[in-house]
Amino acid sequence: MSVLHFPSRLLEASVNEFSKLPGIGKKTALRLVLHLLRQDKTDVFQFSDTIRLMREDVKYCRECNNISDSEICDICTNVHRDHRIVCVVESVKDVMVIENTQQYSGVYHVLGGVISPMDGIGPGDLFIDSLEKKIENDQIDEIIFALPTTMEGDTTNFYLYKKFEKKPVKITTIARGVSIGDELEFIDEVTLGRSLINRQLFESTL
Amino acid sequence: MLLESINVLNYRNITQSDLTFSPGINCFVGDNGAGKTNMLDAIYYLSFCKSFFNSIDSQNIKHDENFFVLQGKYEKNNMKEEIYCGVKQNQKKQFKRNKKEYPKLSDHIGFIPLVFISPSDELLIMDGSEIRRKYMDGVISQYDHYYLELIIRYSRILLQRNKLLKDMAQSGKHDLSLLEAIDLQLVNTGNLIYNKRATFINELIPVFERHFTNISGGKEKVEIIYKSHLSLNNFKEQLIQNQKKDLILGYTTIGIHKDDLDFNLNNFQLKKEGSQGQKKTFAIALKLAQFDFLATHQNVKPILLLDDIFDKLDDKRGSSLLKLVAEDHFNQIFLTHTNKLNIETILNVTGKQFKIFEVSNGNIIF
Ligand SMILES: [Zn+2]
Repeated sequence: MSVLHFPSRLLEASVNEFSKLPGIGKKTALRLVLHLLRQDKTDVFQFSDTIRLMREDVKYCRECNNISDSEICDICTNVHRDHRIVCVVESVKDVMVIENTQQYSGVYHVLGGVISPMDGIGPGDLFIDSLEKKIENDQIDEIIFALPTTMEGDTTNFYLYKKFEKKPVKITTIARGVSIGDELEFIDEVTLGRSLINRQLFESTL
Repeated sequence: MLLESINVLNYRNITQSDLTFSPGINCFVGDNGAGKTNMLDAIYYLSFCKSFFNSIDSQNIKHDENFFVLQGKYEKNNMKEEIYCGVKQNQKKQFKRNKKEYPKLSDHIGFIPLVFISPSDELLIMDGSEIRRKYMDGVISQYDHYYLELIIRYSRILLQRNKLLKDMAQSGKHDLSLLEAIDLQLVNTGNLIYNKRATFINELIPVFERHFTNISGGKEKVEIIYKSHLSLNNFKEQLIQNQKKDLILGYTTIGIHKDDLDFNLNNFQLKKEGSQGQKKTFAIALKLAQFDFLATHQNVKPILLLDDIFDKLDDKRGSSLLKLVAEDHFNQIFLTHTNKLNIETILNVTGKQFKIFEVSNGNIIF
């Protein structure tokens, strides 16, 4: 790769910021920055203000850890949803994928990751406490595991199962017609919807 | 499986060669370093999308050139197949079947079944246990696609478990419930792999023995024993029994990643007591057994490559081997040899169709 020579330090600084984004190399970053330079100032300020506001004001739902504009997210405040069924997912992306299937009317619990010692992620790094509290307080009838079918997803499933198995809650998992290593976002909607409906007792998969 | 012709351009020390092959035996003769083994390697490349000898592609391009091309015309199940491979310096390699590029190289591997018997097979006997596990994994994954996923998954779990053990050893904090969750994965996957390996070895033994007897003349008693922690006792219990030790060492001491095969000859360890010829015969019989597994499971007889097999074998074993592979049981064969007159005599005796190619300085002269 040849080294880029910048006529302006400000330009260079912007390019460096853009190239920190995943999937963006130096050349693409330069193209984006030059594009912004050609736009009206008001458009560019709107762009940077939006990002700033997003970063400053976005909240994580106190109940489920989903991304939200308020302390409690729209799903958790929705009275038409079944709050006694909780679907446990790895990330906010998975909430969006499952919502897309329109086959699920319970609420969610976003762990914010899966257990992976190699990545330095242990149970303590996951958002588990509020789920535990709800189970302790008998607010939940069923939790559904919908974690990726990777080794890390399975480890997390089993860890949580062991933690809650003696509690009065039904523990199920989405039907595993999907092959090893699949993440939710790569399963088509119909299959995912079906596997939610056909969920099975977690115990029976051991 | 039949390779009808090949075009080789700038591959290793071969500038250009366009050859039409016999459906029987094809022999490359020449001095050491002339390039006869590189011809076998070119054929190997078209099956496995990589060189047998050097996995760095840029180093397989002929000196002072910036690309190589390999092209093979095959017949498989009465269908013509054309496989093209092009490698350019600093570019992604292209692999095409009938002019259509493969999206993934792994889609091609296995399509042109092939077994390569080479002097390095002796490492199967002499090296550490890893090469024998690789042999098992290589053969099983050729007929059981799920198996490779299991192996990949097991290694991942093992890495995670070892990292957790190391973290726990360092911090002194032992989260045993997390270890239990990982152990469950290791046990489930390990048991599946163990069962598949045990079944494979059971099927392998009679096939292997038949080949060994045919080459050696049949006076020696051979044995293959599958050694695994999992055959001794329940995997899960052993993990618990060794938990303290694992926590101190910071890695996993029990599991199918420690599996091995014992090779015995007349009740002695082949590795320690066997002669050069016996070891070589043993290794060749293992590879011929691999041929049989592929042929049975894919219903196509693989191409057989034999590199320098007469080295270290006495004449009697050498000619029984060639007589063996010339049988109808095997199909098309490519081999290398240093002495033209010698090999012509041997090949004449087999009664099988053959063609001899003389290789000198990377050129093929007929
Ligand atoms: Zn919420």
